[in-house]
Amino acid sequence: MTPEELDQIAETERTEQAQFTERVNVCVAAGCLSCQSQGVKDALAQEVERRGTKGHCQIKGVGCMGLCSEGPLVSTSTGVLYKKVEADDSPALLDSLSGEPLSRLVCPTDVPFFQRQKKIVLENSGVIDPERIEDYIAANGYTALIKVLTEMSAREVIDEVTKSGLRGRGGAGYPTGLKWSTVSKSVGTQKYVICNADEGDPGAFMDRSVLESDPHRVLEGMLIAGYAVGASEAYIYVRAEYPLAIRRLRNAIRQAERVGLLGANICGTRFSFRIDLRLGAGAFVCGEETALIASVEGKRGTPRPRPPYPAMEGLFGQPTLINNVETFANIAPIIRNGGEWYAKIGTEKSKGTKVFALAGCVENTGLVEVPMGISLREMVFEIGGGIPGGRKFKAAQTGGPSGGCLPPECLDMPVDYESLAKAGSIMGSGGLIVMDESSCMVDVAKFFMDFCMTESCGKCIPCRVGTYQMHRILSAIAGMTATQQDLKMLEELCDLLKHTSLCGLGQSAPNPVVSTLRSFGDEYRAHIEEHKCPAGVCGEQHVGEPV
Amino acid sequence: MASYVAKPTAPNQDKRWKLVDATIRRQGAQARGLIETLHTVQEAFGYLDEQALRYVAMSLRVPLSRAYGVATFYHFFTLKPAGEHTCVICMGTACYIKGAPQLLDAVERDLGIKPGETTADKKVSLLTARCLGSCGLAPAVVYDQEVAGKVSTAAVRDHLKKWTHA
Repeated sequence: MTPEELDQIAETERTEQAQFTERVNVCVAAGCLSCQSQGVKDALAQEVERRGTKGHCQIKGVGCMGLCSEGPLVSTSTGVLYKKVEADDSPALLDSLSGEPLSRLVCPTDVPFFQRQKKIVLENSGVIDPERIEDYIAANGYTALIKVLTEMSAREVIDEVTKSGLRGRGGAGYPTGLKWSTVSKSVGTQKYVICNADEGDPGAFMDRSVLESDPHRVLEGMLIAGYAVGASEAYIYVRAEYPLAIRRLRNAIRQAERVGLLGANICGTRFSFRIDLRLGAGAFVCGEETALIASVEGKRGTPRPRPPYPAMEGLFGQPTLINNVETFANIAPIIRNGGEWYAKIGTEKSKGTKVFALAGCVENTGLVEVPMGISLREMVFEIGGGIPGGRKFKAAQTGGPSGGCLPPECLDMPVDYESLAKAGSIMGSGGLIVMDESSCMVDVAKFFMDFCMTESCGKCIPCRVGTYQMHRILSAIAGMTATQQDLKMLEELCDLLKHTSLCGLGQSAPNPVVSTLRSFGDEYRAHIEEHKCPAGVCGEQHVGEPV
Repeated sequence: MASYVAKPTAPNQDKRWKLVDATIRRQGAQARGLIETLHTVQEAFGYLDEQALRYVAMSLRVPLSRAYGVATFYHFFTLKPAGEHTCVICMGTACYIKGAPQLLDAVERDLGIKPGETTADKKVSLLTARCLGSCGLAPAVVYDQEVAGKVSTAAVRDHLKKWTHA
């Protein structure tokens, strides 16, 4: 593969696409697929076949368009977005391509949900066919890789990423440029790149969507990372629970190998790179980098103390770069447009955009990409469209079981790494779950503690025993049998786990409790002193030992 | 002196062991391929029994205890065969606050089993998931690989009735 050959593929694909005067894009990402969007796509294709317009009307399966709650979503070349489309609608839909839009199915796109977004990571989602490399190349895909291989030194690539101010999108927000630089300086016989696609947080599905909608973008990011740090082998650690993402990744890797963008001597340079998949097997703790490495090595996913950090001693004892899916997906645009361009977006310390999975008690649920620093209020009430049923906003939960609940007082806070940390939560991987007054905060804290208790790997005692004890106290509070003494013990345990656990799972497990105790202490007291659940969720059935 | 250990022969004539052998070969019969190999076994046979674990452990030259340790550490692996149908209820945060506990409660009562168990007639297995990533469709339930969104208690009951009375 030479730069000219890449241009050639892009040119051929663009000419081919230009032949189609009409185009219908059907979302075939997981959300819409579970609303039978494949049936819609097949019906449309059949109808086109029947009409004999196959030569100029293209039916294309594309990635996620964001508004998952209104699926299946279909967009047309006339610029109209349709929602809740059924297979029977296909004739009418095709008719509308040369006439008036089909008003009963139109999904307005001039609303904040679409207007307030800024798409960098998701720019190809919903536009290109995730199963065809040609489509990705026609959308300027792999040009960043070619640029890196032919014009830039490894040092320059790292400088560009550093300049962009990109921080790890997995949750902790470690500066990506710094991480790359550390790995590139480490000495080892073989270096590795690992893509963390073990999206374990309940309520988060950004990585899955990126993998399903634009897998080549992630591969390109990994290739550039490999070149920058001097690695030649890479693994994508992906959840076995995401069969579609796995299938599309396998397909993407095969296609890239076929055209010579993966393998030996890429672009005629000395750079060789191989990417392999490793399937996770359902362990939340494997999102922690040392546990993930153990799992890639075929062992139980238990973490180990750091240092040494994986950048020094990682997979098979060699220097290893681990980044999250979304981090890798940001790399290609940064190289294409320059680090300075990226650094202009966002806030002073949190650059760029962040993809959020908006879910829970909110009108518009789905996937959104917004610039860092947008306020929580804008996220929930403008983009999210507010709370359905006229109920009141109670809390927004970010960061999954390691995060916290943000009360209404935090609504005007900017969403960036520092502000969220100050409010007692974390950015996390990007799940944002909105809760209304029908949710009980004690119950929510108990839910997350149950999660951490079950997911604790059992290696260190503070986490293994501490989460169990905390869960027991929370169950007692929810069951109206707790005393003030229990509450005091709960607070002590929060502190203990935070400071003495081995890895992030145990250290952050108290976060949901700490943040709800701080903002919703009244609810805890109502359960203990008045034996009442203000939200009417808890009651007798919660009494007893945890499962 | 390097000692050559002969590769163990498959437990029986079942053709599916060929798939397992292919994975073992691809991993260079090394311990690092343990999880990948177990994935293949589970995909081919549906679950991991003692015979399979012994065979994989011997082929990759790891102690049986390690194979068993890995198989029981990860939720995705199961040591028991599943029922004819499986019903997975998502217990992710979004589903939880939108009523998944009530769904689970209803199903538990209807079938008389807890998550992870199979009905006595081997018809239905009940499982829970950490998060399906279909949060936009909460609460979500997977009936035999097919995801259904915005499920009501009545809907899940009806669906299960079709299975148990079939």
